[in-house]
Amino acid sequence: MRLLRELGIIGLSVSLGLGVGAIITAATGHSVPAVFRELALGAFSDVYRFANTLMRATPILFTSLSFLIAFRAGLFNIGAEGQLFIGGFFAAWAGFTFSLPPVLHLVVCLLFGAAVGGLWGFIPGWLRARRGANEFVTTMMLSYVAILLTQWFVSPGGPFHGGRMAARTVRIESTAELPRLLAGTQLSWGLLIAFIVALLVWYFLFRTPRGYELRAVGQRETAAEYGGVNVARTQILAMVLAGVLAGLGGAAEILGIHRGFTVGFSPGYGWDGIAGGLIARAHPIGAVFAALLMGALRAGGAGVDRAGVAPRDLVEVLQGLVILFVVAPELFRLVGRWRLRRRAHGRAQS
Amino acid sequence: MNERERSVRGEAVRMEGIVKRFPGVTANAGIDLSLNYGEVHGLLGENGAGKTVLMSVLYGLYRPSEGQIYLEGNPVSIDSPAVAIRAGIGMVHQHFMLVPRLTVADNMVVGWETSRGPFLDRKRIRKRIKELSEQYGLEVDPDSAVEELSVGEQQRVEILKALYRGAEVLILDEPTATLPEQEVEAFFTTIRAMRDEGKAMVFITHKLREALTICDRVTVLRKGEKVGTVPTTDATEAQLAEMMVGREVVFEVQRDRVASEGRPLLQVEGLSAVDDRNVPAVEGVDLTVHDHEILGVAGVQGNGQTELVEAICGLRSAVQGHVMLNGEAVTGSSPRKMAEAGLVHIPEDRHRRGLVLNFSVAENAILGRQYEAPFAIGHVGQSKRAIAGYARELVERFSVVVPGVRTPARALSGGNQQRVILARELDRKPKVIVAAQPTRGLDVAGIEFVWEQLLAMRREGAGILLVSMDLDELMTLADRLVVMYQGKLVGEHRPGETDKQQIGLLMLGGAVETS
Repeated sequence: MRLLRELGIIGLSVSLGLGVGAIITAATGHSVPAVFRELALGAFSDVYRFANTLMRATPILFTSLSFLIAFRAGLFNIGAEGQLFIGGFFAAWAGFTFSLPPVLHLVVCLLFGAAVGGLWGFIPGWLRARRGANEFVTTMMLSYVAILLTQWFVSPGGPFHGGRMAARTVRIESTAELPRLLAGTQLSWGLLIAFIVALLVWYFLFRTPRGYELRAVGQRETAAEYGGVNVARTQILAMVLAGVLAGLGGAAEILGIHRGFTVGFSPGYGWDGIAGGLIARAHPIGAVFAALLMGALRAGGAGVDRAGVAPRDLVEVLQGLVILFVVAPELFRLVGRWRLRRRAHGRAQS
Repeated sequence: MNERERSVRGEAVRMEGIVKRFPGVTANAGIDLSLNYGEVHGLLGENGAGKTVLMSVLYGLYRPSEGQIYLEGNPVSIDSPAVAIRAGIGMVHQHFMLVPRLTVADNMVVGWETSRGPFLDRKRIRKRIKELSEQYGLEVDPDSAVEELSVGEQQRVEILKALYRGAEVLILDEPTATLPEQEVEAFFTTIRAMRDEGKAMVFITHKLREALTICDRVTVLRKGEKVGTVPTTDATEAQLAEMMVGREVVFEVQRDRVASEGRPLLQVEGLSAVDDRNVPAVEGVDLTVHDHEILGVAGVQGNGQTELVEAICGLRSAVQGHVMLNGEAVTGSSPRKMAEAGLVHIPEDRHRRGLVLNFSVAENAILGRQYEAPFAIGHVGQSKRAIAGYARELVERFSVVVPGVRTPARALSGGNQQRVILARELDRKPKVIVAAQPTRGLDVAGIEFVWEQLLAMRREGAGILLVSMDLDELMTLADRLVVMYQGKLVGEHRPGETDKQQIGLLMLGGAVETS
């Protein structure tokens, strides 16, 4: 029942966002049917395009989970983008530095990405829990540190530069590659890992004592403290897990698609995770659907761009509108309550 | 019509056959109420009896499903609070509706600007506040920011706001619930002044004694229905209680004469602690609670009771001093360690500490035991079935009224929330119970329940530290009584040997020299 209502609200929100988008599209002199056709075609028209949607949904699912697990503990992880970068880079590093047997090498690389991402979450978590530093600011700043650091690492002149002109590392060993799920597409096993991780996050939050404590801290710190929960440790744990999830996302992206760290690998997946986590109402299973929605928007947007029916900027406006409307469903709840009151009013009159 | 005419006992408000239905609940089932000018009309009832709903209908917050309201005999339809205010009806809510950062004067006119130009005529506002303050004894500085005021002062601002907006009919929703005991008398003086000016007032409460003290007539509601209206001149507490609860209520609790064996269970020595602003709040407190004993701590709120309780229970670090539980030093232990050592805590603030409001009743039932089997399966699992089963058992044993254990704690009434907390803590079979204001905000049945539970624990041998601002409660329950004043304990008494006035004086720092 509740799920149906949530889905209904989200469906309505998407339509409204697209509706306003249509007005803007028309007002800027572009063909509404053409843009929307290409948007839909780009995301769903054939198996390759749908694979593209799924491919883009994968890192967004990781960063959405990263955002929501911190959010569940009452914390804001704004730095998933940086955790994605640093996790991706160190996964690649482990991929071209070590020589290990096939599966083991891959696992080690994934763990490397997760661990360094976790470190990137630990620092703001510790600062928040022990020193009271606002994690909103620290995660954001550390995010820039990670992005710029990895950028320098792989730029020409940097210590890990491995491309010719491009800012990227050398290619990882084939033993570290995350295999493609579908031949001829860039969709990798990362998607399945993401799904499994989403289930694990759900299990952790709702079926373990630690998850219970984490949620209690997020709901009411003072009550959690009263209930014998070590609040500081729980906050640190939540931020570490947030970092791990985003770091793992970066690792899966690099190992599965780019096969070497390259600076342009994320069009802002970390930021998408904030929207994804909010759309999902901070629920891990909801995050799967949220990530699919965001992935479809990204893939469809690329379709519009390719077809040349509208400039890329307009597509981003469309994406932004849809997200804005989906994240702000409070509006619809208010309308619902208002209608209820009107109906009660009507009865009172008769 | 001028003030004088109004005070000639004319009828200000009549509500006829008010019905208010919410999905699944009928909050008011055909209630009649008549309110005269120059009258304080008590509206009594347990939590959930429909008092606030009825008054929200009068104030335009809810539209009635059926029924009619008359103002001075004319039928009216009150669609919104704005309409109510224009009609001269004001409401002082239990939770104040003030803007903390604005000054008192600015709060008067928020949403009610009367000046014509773009600027506020602050001088005029201030003058009017001054007049009203003097007339009704509502002393408050118009230029202080509301956030700097005490609860009592904020309440005065709320009343001033209503008067400023021309209220002739005033609805006071449990006005004394948040008021420190020593400010209640001053508040009553204001009410009497307003009554003498001919204002009509509804006084929502569930405190019988107050209703009898201040009200002229009392209307009692029970489960959404009106039980009756009686003049207070020929009503007794017992009679009103019976009307409210629907059965006889025993105020004299059964206190068996169980003798303490004199075994000290909780010993506090020289304990000092600071408050959240680092100001010393507890200074060198010594106290001992024995087996089969209730030690009462009386005092006006804000004299360090909160900090004392938190320092004992491991929620606040002690600056100095020791806490011993059953002979073992436990100073500075975490709340979890304390609970495991046999000390449980009924916190003074149910919403801030006692419950995670958005968690279900089941989840709340294991708060503090989430890591224990069978609720936890090692570190990696949690048994939903064990948790739900345990919660159902507690709900049954402690008669918590709740649709199901998956209901969020937020949806429970205050009394039932307290039952959940009590059930959870007392089921741990504690040796020592630190109960901070365990009956605050509860109705008669709720208070009765908490008292019975505490006395039952005492009978079984527990030592109980009972911190309360309700002197009657302490006189009824405590074996020994200490008074906390400005962070220190002053004097020890045995209820029965000391009278209330004397302790009341001590609470205000009166007779410290003599002790």
